[in-house]
Amino acid sequence: MEDRPPVENWATDYDIFDPAYVNDPAPIWRDLRERCPIAHTDRWQGSYLPTRYHDVQALAKMVPELSSRDPLVIAAPPLDPADPNVTNYGTNAPPISSDPPEHTWVRRLLLPHFSPRAVEAHRAYTEGLCHELIDAFIDIGRADGAVDYAQQIPPRVIAHLLGIDESRVGEFVEWVRGVLEFGLFEPETRHRYRVIIRDFFREQVARCKNDPGDDLISALVQAEHDGQPLPDHTIVGICNLMLVAGIDTTWSSIGSALWHLGAHPEDRRRLAAEAELFPTAIEEMLRAYAPVTMGREAIESVTYNDVTFEPGAKILMNFPAANRDPEVFENPDEIRIDRARNRHIAFGSGIHRCLGSNLARLEMDIALRTWFDRIPEFELADPGAVTWAGGQVRGPRTLPLRFPVGGTIE
Amino acid sequence: MKVRVNTQLCQGHNRCYALAPELIDIDDYGTAFAIGDGTVPPELEEKARLARDNCPEFAVELER
Repeated sequence: MEDRPPVENWATDYDIFDPAYVNDPAPIWRDLRERCPIAHTDRWQGSYLPTRYHDVQALAKMVPELSSRDPLVIAAPPLDPADPNVTNYGTNAPPISSDPPEHTWVRRLLLPHFSPRAVEAHRAYTEGLCHELIDAFIDIGRADGAVDYAQQIPPRVIAHLLGIDESRVGEFVEWVRGVLEFGLFEPETRHRYRVIIRDFFREQVARCKNDPGDDLISALVQAEHDGQPLPDHTIVGICNLMLVAGIDTTWSSIGSALWHLGAHPEDRRRLAAEAELFPTAIEEMLRAYAPVTMGREAIESVTYNDVTFEPGAKILMNFPAANRDPEVFENPDEIRIDRARNRHIAFGSGIHRCLGSNLARLEMDIALRTWFDRIPEFELADPGAVTWAGGQVRGPRTLPLRFPVGGTIE
Repeated sequence: MKVRVNTQLCQGHNRCYALAPELIDIDDYGTAFAIGDGTVPPELEEKARLARDNCPEFAVELER
């Protein structure tokens, strides 16, 4: 990443990629909420950053004035500028990068595949996977909770859902990070990975047309909209979304939860002893460490409160900051694993509510319960060695944990 | 007590369904609706309040 001048004033010059923001954004939000609840920066092509719950809620619902056509802070150029079939914007990942009416029909097509009942189809696979991952390190007494566990789960579940080769999961992870993480600051690298993802899914779509299975890609190649099969570029875009939105978001949530519980023995002990707290604990982890900040773009001049967004202005849906607003959450910076009233918006709000929220919750639930069944006692092996990725998706990327060899002591 | 889901506001987070499946069901698209006429038996009133208080869209309403 290039060297940048330090942030002098977060209200007028914030930088969501600044190490201080990546490592611990809560104090910055607290300060902004008080003195400038919708901050602005000229950095990274310019954007606005709301920090109050009710503002984020209201802005997320400003459709169609605020478009989702390019939800990334660091916009990417169109992949196929010459292809008239492909949306002219950088991110082709419907419905996250769509506005109505495309958003409406693509989402409606996908929703039944992500209902609470539908995602149960991935439970047995996910449980087996979590046990297998733990088997590999339980007798060592050490593991990287991010690299060896959290990062391994969502890519395989998504591969399972899409019906693509699970043995290539290491590549999928590299591609996603190439687009969303290290590639953000290296346009050529990012472009290369976007092309890899597109070409990979073009092949998969062709394969499923010839030999459909019972996976999501096969369902999409057989689906219709207005009596016509879906265009290939729409299916490829949806697959792109499944990969980039289904992987590092959920692994960030699983990793953040393991980080919190490894760093807070009182919460870890209580959860190990009171398994009935898993549902509220998971919601609290989602609230406190919400990984995702999505972008919107003003397509016309629009005023909210006393701020006018000119056409082209980016507005960040700061769901993580909304979840720490003391107007809505009692002692918001205190993590309470039994918080029963928790109207958090980690999965967003409005028409772009995370399509995969039920799958993400299933994965978190299984990942944490299985970990606690096998390894109820664990702690950070080296708090100083923990590293975080941040910006639009925040979570731990290095998380050394230690625990009794073999897991339980009994 | 009666529970009601404002389907204009519901975006399918399914929190109410997770917290009070005796009172609320969802369709294939995740949109929630009250089961039957929405009457909440006294022993489920706290569940109904949790369903209301955890909805990110403020779509679950209770009335006496």
